[in-house]
Amino acid sequence: MSAKLERLNEKLREVFGEDLVSQVLECGELTIEVSASNYLQLATKLRDDPGFSFEQLIDLSGLDYSAYGNGSWEGKRFASVAHLLSIKNNWRLRVRVFADSDDFPVLDSLADLWPSANWYERESFDLYGIMYSGHPDLRRILTDYGFVGHPFRKDFPVSGYVEMRYDPELGRVVYQPVTIEPRENTPRIVREENYGDVGHG
Amino acid sequence: MAEIRNYTINFGPQHPSAHGVLRLVLELDGEVVERADPHIGLLHRGTEKLAETRTWVQSVPYMDRLDYVSMMCNEHAYCMAIERLLGLEVPLRAQYIRVMFDEVTRILNHLLNIGTHALDIGAMTMVLYTFREREDLMDVYEAVSGARMHAAYYRPGGVYRDLPDRMPQYQVNKFKNAKAVEELNGNRQGSLLDFLDDFTQRFPRYCDEYETLLTDNRIWKQRTVGIGVVTPEQALGWGFSGPMLRGSGIAWDLRKKQPYEVYDRLDFDIPVGKNGDCYDRYLCRMEEMRQSNRIIRQCIEWLRQNPGPVITGNHKVAPPPREQMKANMEELIHHFKLFTEGIHVPKGEVYAAVEHPKGEFGVYAVSDGANKPYRLKLRAPGFAHLAAMDEISRGHMIADVVAIIGTMDVVFGEIDR
Repeated sequence: MSAKLERLNEKLREVFGEDLVSQVLECGELTIEVSASNYLQLATKLRDDPGFSFEQLIDLSGLDYSAYGNGSWEGKRFASVAHLLSIKNNWRLRVRVFADSDDFPVLDSLADLWPSANWYERESFDLYGIMYSGHPDLRRILTDYGFVGHPFRKDFPVSGYVEMRYDPELGRVVYQPVTIEPRENTPRIVREENYGDVGHG
Repeated sequence: MAEIRNYTINFGPQHPSAHGVLRLVLELDGEVVERADPHIGLLHRGTEKLAETRTWVQSVPYMDRLDYVSMMCNEHAYCMAIERLLGLEVPLRAQYIRVMFDEVTRILNHLLNIGTHALDIGAMTMVLYTFREREDLMDVYEAVSGARMHAAYYRPGGVYRDLPDRMPQYQVNKFKNAKAVEELNGNRQGSLLDFLDDFTQRFPRYCDEYETLLTDNRIWKQRTVGIGVVTPEQALGWGFSGPMLRGSGIAWDLRKKQPYEVYDRLDFDIPVGKNGDCYDRYLCRMEEMRQSNRIIRQCIEWLRQNPGPVITGNHKVAPPPREQMKANMEELIHHFKLFTEGIHVPKGEVYAAVEHPKGEFGVYAVSDGANKPYRLKLRAPGFAHLAAMDEISRGHMIADVVAIIGTMDVVFGEIDR
């Protein structure tokens, strides 16, 4: 498996060279980072070049890096991570692309290349507010009809802003501000690297 | 001349064959579907967001509740992701136990799928038979984890405990007399492996029973042959996996192509369809159950002969045994740290995928070195399948939509997450 990935790694360097922002082979997986401007063009090549032939877009997810490492992140905030799979060559590739703007993140849509991107991008738009230009039907998908905000952003509280209940006087369902207190049972802790030496317990 | 308009109807979310909470907005021309717009998210619980606020181990039970008919396979992908990030070896016995339970889960899932699919399109009997066998398998789940469905049995580094030496038995009560109980306990005299072994001997005969009910059944064939045809190109483009992909003639199974755990040591075949219609996918699932049965038998044999640890001895990841914890200061500290703070997973990201009964179930985990995931993305096979609903059902009759939902094997726990 790893020899195969080495080969893919080499080929990626050969074909794309300077276009890749970074290229990492870790945990038996290959990750490339590309810039938003040549994302679509690169993806097209990854699909159509018989040397890569990534026929399947297996997964696409949004990511919000703003709280990474307890707020030590300095790069751009929103990223979209696609997982590609080639049935023919039996290898996988992860493609990460950061949106240029943090306030209004826009990326190219892959829905024309892989139809499966359609719903994945809708999901990413719904949960993170990343816009995919060229997407045929960018509606919310998982959250409620009329939902406000993008719930998976790190600044969105886990309990949300509104809750729903049935109001017997009005005879209908109403929204009201949440009444539950946010709580954290186990605090989030980032220790120094190799803390406790987990690999050699 | 009268104006002719398409008719829009709302299918679900409270419809018995919507398999949960699917809301489909169908645009009909007479009885022919012009456009299908699935509205999902009615079961969205934000599992991924919740996982970000819990330690790595605390999210294991959430995985059961994703695809609530193939519980242990979800846990498997999640645990595998953590193990890869940690670079952790899982004891061989634990790997065999996992594979065995993955296959038990596959049978559980396919039994439910075939039973309810048949029920949806008019064959009432099937579901009665398949649920009879599901009962036995859920007893296996219960014997090993204490829960019939939401097991939380797999843990990072192995499985929670070894297989029990005694299969739980029925007790006499006011509904069951001694004679009935003795009959029920007939195959429960030995260990869990004995019970499962007995099941695997009976199961091929049950499969034959299902086949006599459905495979050559004229009505079943009329409802499934040529319905919901997916070409190989479509299947690839839409990111299909599992029986939905194999039904279209693409021989792709992660257990063979990217083997994990001990699948490369086991002997089994992958059934592949030809026409890509509902009937072929049904045949694939049927054959997969027989193959799973084969795998379980091989695992039982191996597990009988090879005792050993079932969870890693690395106490930075898995808690130490109770006696050691009480007797040894070092282990007490490990125990305390694990249960108050949890595992510290090194910085990095990983995508772990398993061949889930429905397709490829993947977990994309990003860690920033904390005791909680930074981001957890769950790749549910049903999500990709349902996304193709519009394309597959266009041009079909409204009754065929039900057959297509059935063949996709949608479960909303995983689609809505």
